[in-house]
Amino acid sequence: MAVMEYIDAIRLAMKEEMEKDENVFILGEDVGVKGGVFTTTKGLQAQFGEDRVMDTPLAESAIAGVAIGAAMVGMKPIAEMQYCDFMLPATNQIISEAAKIRYRSNNDWNCPIVVRAPIGGGVFGGLYHSQCAESIFFGTPGLKIVAPFTAYDAKGLLKAAIHDPDPVLYFENKKCYKMIKGDVPLDDYTVPIGEANMLREGSDITVIGYSMPLHFCLQAAEELEAEEGITARILDLRTLQPLDKNAIIESVRHTGKVLIVHEDNKTGGVGAEVSAIISEECLFELDAPIMRLCSPDVPAMPISPTMEKFYMLTKDKVKEAMRQLAIY
Amino acid sequence: MNDKGTVNAVNNHEPLGLSDGQVIDMYRCMLQARKFDERNLLLQRAGKINFHVSGVGQEAAQVAAAFALDRQKDYFLPYYRDYGLVLAAGMTLRELMLSAFAKAEDPNSGGRQMPGHFGSKRLRIVTGSSPVTTQVPHAVGVALAAKMRKQELVTFVTFGEGSSNQGDFHEGCNFAGVHKLPVILMCENNQYAISVPIHKQLSGRVSDRALGYGFPGIRVDGNDVLEVYRVVKEARERAIRGEGPTLIEAMMYRLSPHSTSDNDLAYRTQDEVDENWKKDGVARFKQYLIDLGIWDEAKDVDLIAQLNLEIKEAIEYADNAPFPKPEDTLLHVYADREEEAN
Repeated sequence: MAVMEYIDAIRLAMKEEMEKDENVFILGEDVGVKGGVFTTTKGLQAQFGEDRVMDTPLAESAIAGVAIGAAMVGMKPIAEMQYCDFMLPATNQIISEAAKIRYRSNNDWNCPIVVRAPIGGGVFGGLYHSQCAESIFFGTPGLKIVAPFTAYDAKGLLKAAIHDPDPVLYFENKKCYKMIKGDVPLDDYTVPIGEANMLREGSDITVIGYSMPLHFCLQAAEELEAEEGITARILDLRTLQPLDKNAIIESVRHTGKVLIVHEDNKTGGVGAEVSAIISEECLFELDAPIMRLCSPDVPAMPISPTMEKFYMLTKDKVKEAMRQLAIY
Repeated sequence: MNDKGTVNAVNNHEPLGLSDGQVIDMYRCMLQARKFDERNLLLQRAGKINFHVSGVGQEAAQVAAAFALDRQKDYFLPYYRDYGLVLAAGMTLRELMLSAFAKAEDPNSGGRQMPGHFGSKRLRIVTGSSPVTTQVPHAVGVALAAKMRKQELVTFVTFGEGSSNQGDFHEGCNFAGVHKLPVILMCENNQYAISVPIHKQLSGRVSDRALGYGFPGIRVDGNDVLEVYRVVKEARERAIRGEGPTLIEAMMYRLSPHSTSDNDLAYRTQDEVDENWKKDGVARFKQYLIDLGIWDEAKDVDLIAQLNLEIKEAIEYADNAPFPKPEDTLLHVYADREEEAN
């Protein structure tokens, strides 16, 4: 066990899997000598060589499409999208191809790719280095989507994604890279895809979220308990597709009040589906309307500090929403 | 007249290493594709099947290319008109007909995809979709895997001249060029992208684009079976030597409408179609074989009768085969739990 940063946990997962299985390789822009624009793959090319940590031409559809071709014949590619904002040229390859290869071939072919893409803002990235792309892919059967929050899950979910026989989108949060630290076992373990995780017990309200905003939820929960005696149960979805329905329903039943939090914008986001599940499965066990706290429905995050701050979730915004729900 | 009773016959296949038996096999295969295609049009008009997308006019180049490859090792990434290619790769008429009837036993997709969406792991025919040219990066990826594993094989990918305009064509070519991968890209330039003629699709030659990718681009008469065979064979030899990809633009003409949902005379004339029938590669190859004295009209009549019988049997089998169970719609979205454990 070692305390490490979220980004180190991601790197360690790749390193371990590449040491174990020579079919695992990384391809993407600047992943080689530079080690990625965030240093996520730093040192891996030196250890595994240019073929297995491959700097590709700057063309995202080819990165995804070439990975898909290699995966169909038994390789285990990890395709890195430099920012999820630049992933859209690869959308056709991911949605029309990767997601449908097993289904359309009646189980003859499969496509075990991992696509890693950093999401999230608050880094003065402006419109195109700050987005959360998960709702674009969410609701596409055939894809699995994970979005770890803890360093432990960052490693365990990436290893599970690499082992998975189907395509997995791995959305890592760039704000978490250095901000989130935690205990990470140095041995081999995986975090199962499809299972949510209870981060905190509580009996007054339930907060359901994923990725970086959970950091604010945890801080706010500590303060609300200390200052006002409000206790919050916090559920980390971890996997966005398939959603862990049982965990969602169970966590809501426990308190009867639910706040759903994510940085992706509100309309059509993952929270809308979580809300629909709750409405379908346990509406009459609710003591308050379902509440969502998400980013505003504007095209993307502006760079100006005042506007970025307005757009981003903060501990105070989350805390106020949690308080309002508790006193409802 | 020579001693075999033929006229001005020059044997062009022997210098390419092809035996008489092999060229007759090639002819048989392209005629098989032609007859299958024609029959499916009738089946659709008779209401027996829902849809057919045609490759009439393109079989000669498809079969010639397949015969120039190693059909025991190489990977095929066809597009939807490639009946000749997949038949040459080993798919049977029965299997194709099961797809046309959307039956459970269809090895391409279990009755899930439209006809013309080929796939068979057994035959190394990589599953394809309808958004065009997505298969080009896949061919590059399969070739990359082969290079990484030091396997001696090539990937062969086809597409139309319309779809050569897609970004995936460019991105795939560039990637393959940078990494000198064993990929052969063959554009089946049939002059039409559904209704849009070539002059509204392209302002230059597809083959010339290869210059920008750093590998050879060759334009070839797609109705000339032995020329297509020769350039694909040379491309394969280059690929195996580690010299990288080749782009081939095979010129041909789509003699049939785009599909059973298309009236081609709304955008082209019967005269134009008739003129191109005169250049048909299948008929031209037959004449070549006859001129050499290794084929004749009687054998041709026998062959057609035999193919008609094979097609009839395939139709009967496919027609009587069960549809997929309705609830099987839910299968194979992801691996089963047991598969995952393996």
